[in-house]
Amino acid sequence: MNTDLFLHRSVALAAAAGLALSVAACSGSASGSGSSKDGAGSSVSATLDPAAKVTISIDCEPPVTKTAERKQWAEDIAAFNRLYPNVTINSKDASPCEEPAPFTAQLKGRTQTDVFYTYFTDLGQVLDEGQAEDITPYVNETTVPALKDIDPSVLATLKADGKLYGLPTSNYRMGLLYNRKLFTRAGLDPDKPPATWDEVRAAARKLAALGNGVNGYGDYSATNQGGWHYTAELYGLGGAMVSEDGKKAAFNTPEGRQVLQNLYDMRWTDNSMGATQGLKWPDLMTRMASDKLGMYVGAPDDITYMVQTLKGNYADYGMGPMPGGKSALLGGNDYMFKKGSSPDQIKAGIAWINFKYLTLGKGQFDYARTKADNLPVGLPQPFFFTGASLAGDNRAKAASATVPVQNYAPYLATSVPGRTEPANAQQIYKVLDNPVSAVLTDRNANVSKLLSDAETQVNQVLASLQ
Amino acid sequence: MAAINVSLRRKVRQNLTAHGFLIGAVLCFGYFSWYPMVREIVMSFQRTRRGRTTWVGLDNLDHILQDPAFWQAWRNTLLFTVLALLFGFAVPFLVAILLNELRHARSYLRILVYLPVMMPPVASVLLFKYFYDPGHGLFNHLLAALHLPTSAWLNSPDTAMVSVVIAATWMNMGGATLIYLAALQGIPGELYEAAELDGAGLLRRIWYVTVPQTRLILSLLLLLQIVATMQVFVEPYLLTGGNGPQGSTLTVVHLIYQYAFNFNNYGSASALGLVMLLLLAGFSGLYVRLSRNAD
Repeated sequence: MNTDLFLHRSVALAAAAGLALSVAACSGSASGSGSSKDGAGSSVSATLDPAAKVTISIDCEPPVTKTAERKQWAEDIAAFNRLYPNVTINSKDASPCEEPAPFTAQLKGRTQTDVFYTYFTDLGQVLDEGQAEDITPYVNETTVPALKDIDPSVLATLKADGKLYGLPTSNYRMGLLYNRKLFTRAGLDPDKPPATWDEVRAAARKLAALGNGVNGYGDYSATNQGGWHYTAELYGLGGAMVSEDGKKAAFNTPEGRQVLQNLYDMRWTDNSMGATQGLKWPDLMTRMASDKLGMYVGAPDDITYMVQTLKGNYADYGMGPMPGGKSALLGGNDYMFKKGSSPDQIKAGIAWINFKYLTLGKGQFDYARTKADNLPVGLPQPFFFTGASLAGDNRAKAASATVPVQNYAPYLATSVPGRTEPANAQQIYKVLDNPVSAVLTDRNANVSKLLSDAETQVNQVLASLQ
Repeated sequence: MAAINVSLRRKVRQNLTAHGFLIGAVLCFGYFSWYPMVREIVMSFQRTRRGRTTWVGLDNLDHILQDPAFWQAWRNTLLFTVLALLFGFAVPFLVAILLNELRHARSYLRILVYLPVMMPPVASVLLFKYFYDPGHGLFNHLLAALHLPTSAWLNSPDTAMVSVVIAATWMNMGGATLIYLAALQGIPGELYEAAELDGAGLLRRIWYVTVPQTRLILSLLLLLQIVATMQVFVEPYLLTGGNGPQGSTLTVVHLIYQYAFNFNNYGSASALGLVMLLLLAGFSGLYVRLSRNAD
């Protein structure tokens, strides 16, 4: 080998060290779809002027592989265009709609669509990048008639400093997912899922006693999902992750210790969780769909995944309320509006979201069409309406149900208040992965010390974010 | 005269094409390789909040030094590097020596050794995840059949990193073996013949002929391997989700990834990338120096 070759290789290798984090720097300058500038009807208090010519780009169009959803998207755009013939929607397909790494890079490069899909937990990140428009002046009961019936705790996740930055399209409230088939085999009543952690533990023992590799209870403990589930379980017991002002960790409490102790006891004392740990999404679904797992904490859309992707049966899965029942972690997704969008673009985007996602009987709430397209109807999701809208939605859903809605009756019958994820959730979850994975992989784990160490680390994280 | 003009025109045309290619390559390299590096250095001194980017001096460096994960990631990365050198350097070298000593079936065995390299990393990782499963995995079944104690493999902080290294060694052994084999085949046969005539057995031939003859190339490959293994990401990420039990497989590159893509903290990610860049640049300098000696 000659010196030049060595030099080139060494330089390339050294360059590679910084490459992973520098990718975003390659992204181009801000791009915008062709759009009308402020023109007729650009006053923020008015609804969209039907005469205004507007072009908006929107992501999260279902991919071609999701034939029925894609067809519905096209139908809805056609129907929307009959109401607003001057609005052009440029759709961008995606599955999944958001992946954290590309999404982060898009924000950094300002290459997201005009109306862009986000998770509830993304607001802080989007605002830090200065990438969202304040839509407060545009959202009212004229532009979004069902506004008064949208759960305030859901809208709160999309607000910062009193300003609204997004509109919800779907949400979930976590609960206890369980395998009804295994419940029956273990002599448990599939219509009465456990409601407390003591009951969960007792049921898990019976389920694990079935043998043949069946685990009674399962939990994630990797890729920040251990911290995520820790939070959900802590909320169920009435605990909190951070103080009211968000500056201190608040989980080193009897409730916080109880979450870890439950897991430790099920793993080591009862041996009802199995030896394979370090699980991450979608490991628990895979196990439940193959009848190797009795229960885990999850959201209703996990059932869709188990049936549509893992070829399970709706009849086999049930859902109960979050054990403990004090509150349930809620999450979901929404659309935000790219910084720099014109008033007409924002109005057109809101009109589309209202049509597609927030109007009973239309778009995602057209259950008769969903049923005709062989897609599931009856899962307790989305779950953001209250009052008359919720009642109307439940009636419409029941009329076209294609899944056994009675399997989710325990979940629906128990009203558990929703609670959002803490700010800077991922950084906190990363720290909490450690104690969760410790109690599941170390028989000598010291719950108090693990939690105390995690508290110190989270306080450090929070201090660095002030 | 006309002939000279034709020749000159041809040369100019040829050079233009060459320069055209060169400019394209330089532009691509500059934009996709060097510009991100420069941006990384700039961003390691910046922070972005609410859409505003500010210069923060060494705050990002301070932040990563305060993060307990920083030292844990370095400890894990160094452990991986040492273990990867023990396994990943020694095992392929020994296999290469064995292949080199073989008189028959050498080609078939070479193919067999190289086969794992052709398997996509994700498939290899899935395979090892099944092997490592502490409940029903192949490895524990084999250990139990031999009446040996079973292991938690990826499920214990004590064994997770070793398990990752074993899988990584298996996945990458074929390529390293072929490189060592090429180096071994460059040794003149007369040296072995002379050693044999002097009554040297296999071990003595390896010690007195093979090792001295390949020492320089081995030291260069060792340095290359150090630079490569310190950037390990794929194997721990796929096998353990990146962190492993109690953070036992968290590596520096994974921490960079977490800062950037999980926490949206590009400043800290860039600062940590810069620390790693400087360290690896040191190794690369050593590498260049050694390669000069090799020439």
